[in-house]
Amino acid sequence: MTGFSVNGKRVNLDVDPSTPLLWVIREQLGLTGTKYGCGMAQCGACTVHINGEAVRSCVAPVSRAEGKAVTTIEGLSPDLSNPLQRAWLEEDVPQCGYCQSGQLMSAAVLLREKPKPSDEDIDEAMTGNICRCGTYPRIRRAIHRAAEMVAKGGAR
Amino acid sequence: MIRRNHEQARAGLERRAFLKASVVASGGLLIGFHFPAIGALASAQPSSTETFMPNAFVRIGTDERVTVIVNHSEMGQGVYTSLPMLLADELDADWSKVGFEPAPVDPKYNHPAFGMQMTGGSSSVWSGLEQFRQAGAAARAMLIAAAAQQWNVDASACRTESGAVLNGSRRLTYGHLAAAAAKVTPPEHVQLKDPKNFKLIGKPIKRLDTPPKLNGTAEFGIDVKLPGMITAVIARPPIFGAKMKSFDDTKARSMPGVRKVVAVPAGVAVIADTFWQAKVARDALRVEWDEGSMRDFDTTKLMQDFRERAKTPGASVRKDGDADSALASAAKKVEVVYEVPYLSHLMMEPLNCTVDLRADSCEVWTGSQFQTVDRANAAKVAGLPPEKVQLHTTFLGGGFGRRANPQSDFVVEAVHVAKAAGVPIKVIWTREDDMAGGWYRPAFLHAIAGGVDASGNAVSWRSRLVGQSIMAGTPFAAAMMKGKAYDPASVEGVDDLPYAIPNIAVESHQAEVNVPVQWLRSVGHSHTAFAVECFVDELAALAQKDPYQFRRAMLQKQPRHLGVLDLAAQKAGWDKPLPKGMGRGIAVHFAFGSYSAHVAEVSITDGQVRVHRMVCAIDCGEYVNPGIIAAQTEGGAIFGASAALFQELTFENGRLQQTNFHTFPVLRMNECPEIETHIVDNHEKAGGIGEPGVPCAAPAIANAIFAVTGKRIRRLPIRMTEAI
Repeated sequence: MTGFSVNGKRVNLDVDPSTPLLWVIREQLGLTGTKYGCGMAQCGACTVHINGEAVRSCVAPVSRAEGKAVTTIEGLSPDLSNPLQRAWLEEDVPQCGYCQSGQLMSAAVLLREKPKPSDEDIDEAMTGNICRCGTYPRIRRAIHRAAEMVAKGGAR
Repeated sequence: MIRRNHEQARAGLERRAFLKASVVASGGLLIGFHFPAIGALASAQPSSTETFMPNAFVRIGTDERVTVIVNHSEMGQGVYTSLPMLLADELDADWSKVGFEPAPVDPKYNHPAFGMQMTGGSSSVWSGLEQFRQAGAAARAMLIAAAAQQWNVDASACRTESGAVLNGSRRLTYGHLAAAAAKVTPPEHVQLKDPKNFKLIGKPIKRLDTPPKLNGTAEFGIDVKLPGMITAVIARPPIFGAKMKSFDDTKARSMPGVRKVVAVPAGVAVIADTFWQAKVARDALRVEWDEGSMRDFDTTKLMQDFRERAKTPGASVRKDGDADSALASAAKKVEVVYEVPYLSHLMMEPLNCTVDLRADSCEVWTGSQFQTVDRANAAKVAGLPPEKVQLHTTFLGGGFGRRANPQSDFVVEAVHVAKAAGVPIKVIWTREDDMAGGWYRPAFLHAIAGGVDASGNAVSWRSRLVGQSIMAGTPFAAAMMKGKAYDPASVEGVDDLPYAIPNIAVESHQAEVNVPVQWLRSVGHSHTAFAVECFVDELAALAQKDPYQFRRAMLQKQPRHLGVLDLAAQKAGWDKPLPKGMGRGIAVHFAFGSYSAHVAEVSITDGQVRVHRMVCAIDCGEYVNPGIIAAQTEGGAIFGASAALFQELTFENGRLQQTNFHTFPVLRMNECPEIETHIVDNHEKAGGIGEPGVPCAAPAIANAIFAVTGKRIRRLPIRMTEAI
């Protein structure tokens, strides 16, 4: 049995501990907002948080989550009230949208660690997340916008 | 934005369709655009008992929700917003109440120009302009009629505003009127709005599909869940055309969760409870392949063969004057070869398809760009008539042409697997499967010779192209290749060379290679613009002229080319000096009904090209949503830059050498230039926007590299070690 919490809910699963966390989240837990893109930590579409740290869940065995707190896109804020989601809406960021869960989860860790990120900070934090549609300029603007919202007291 | 008046639009309605109404079981009303040639009556079912469905494209509920049924697939290009905008504007709907729904497969949702249900060719908005406006206007007229009846006034005394009909101080919302409107006889003709009254069209309205893409609720094909559904992963041939000889599944069969291992035409399918179990077991299979005729396929050798072929004349595509004689007598001449590789579409969402096959029905869920074809192909394998196959279009995690496969490869194989599985099944391709699965942008070679006279005017241009045909063997081949010894999709973008050069020859060699090829975002233009716009730059250098002014001089009779060229140059500050070590390159191109020009600013450090800024000008004629146009132009530039800087598929011993994002890279955040888009505002016929942003990126970057280094890039992807 593997036990951990997902978006605040405790789960206990009978699953091969070497199974990547991504597929446990998607198939056993039915949380399909976290995406499969490459299976080798190249694209970032599968990014989730384990104890607040951004992790590529496609290469993280589920055993790595044992006893820890996992947050997926569904746990970021279902009602879109997170400043990043609001900024993403205002900048009209997504195109196909497939990579955006991962983009948001990476950006959430960036903003927590660096509330006023520079362009270089954004490069560093977001370079592991590929967007094939090319929404990078909008993601960059949205992160800056979200940082402003938080600074002005618009945080959750 | 759109300024076409309603008289023209009304003529379009009368020419193409008339409205037909019928009462449906729910008590709501259904009106279809009745196309005499097809004769299909609208049959989409209202989702609630109290619904006004005046035609196949819109449903209005008593809860005031306006649902627009969209017959094109949403793959990021914004059709779930731009097409509803057209309808909602004519309807005078309250935009905050407007939603979208993917259309089922039905002839009434066929592409008005292409005659099948599909998404491609950057055509959704221009082909849907009248259709969606008329649908909205028809619904509005019926709601007005219902209100007028209720108030006992003439319809002409009523007006509409933000989801309600008004008469003096009286007001009835569309939701209130839905039931009564369902009993109104639909109008024979509809009056479309005077464009000056548009409230939505022409404005940067935010996309309707953004919210579900920010909290994980948007359903892509890979996310589909069905009761009892299990997953399959297929062991696929390592070489194109290889056939499975035998397989040993002793180990795979004994692995946890594995239900079945079965040979299918696509390879050997491993069916298991979960994807990971199927994938691990698939990797444990031992399959023997009959490698077939492609076992020695090698792309280096292929390009050598292409070079040899380019030494001989090809099928004539265009002949103005006598390019060879003019070349012989030119004051200065240059003769070079440009090469581009096979490319993968590389959608972020790998291919997948879910099938629930029953004795007398088949349901398919997938991100399709080719619904009519996919349904027909699925029906053949299922042994059912197409009407018994329901295809549900999910969100597409990128398409770029790959999900419009003439053979429906990813759908057909899933139906085969479903037959074996006996339960609902989802087939998932790994990234590696997807990349090795073929249907690439074909590799191409352009051998170009040109010359200038003593005054530096271009006098001759001869392009010889060598590459595989995309259209051959597709449903479009008959129409597009009729009477031609070449594939128009191979030469598009060079056959219409816009420059005023008196002697032009364009010739095509069609290469027969057993690599499956397909349209990839901007299709032929993805390579012709690179070759043409780099060669124009080479001629400018030969003539010792500024590359922008050299183009200008040859585009005097091409006002829209000139318009975007000037706009991009002006916004980029073409004449302003750049810091040392940086250079600018320019390119202009017409594709999919739209004109595009890019100026790129680059620097090179330790052999690494850095693109700092791209200034894009786009003229797509009448437009609907400038926000989406900017997004598509930015995305197109990045898509083109990724190909230019990084991407190639190569084969050795018949095997693909690239497997995943680390060997077939995509531009990342830290490599992304600043991009600005400038849209030309005019009255011209609407063109496309999904693809026109791609072609200019590569040549603008390559020409900028020349400006910095004095060296030419003649092969993609760009390698400074190869610069000449």
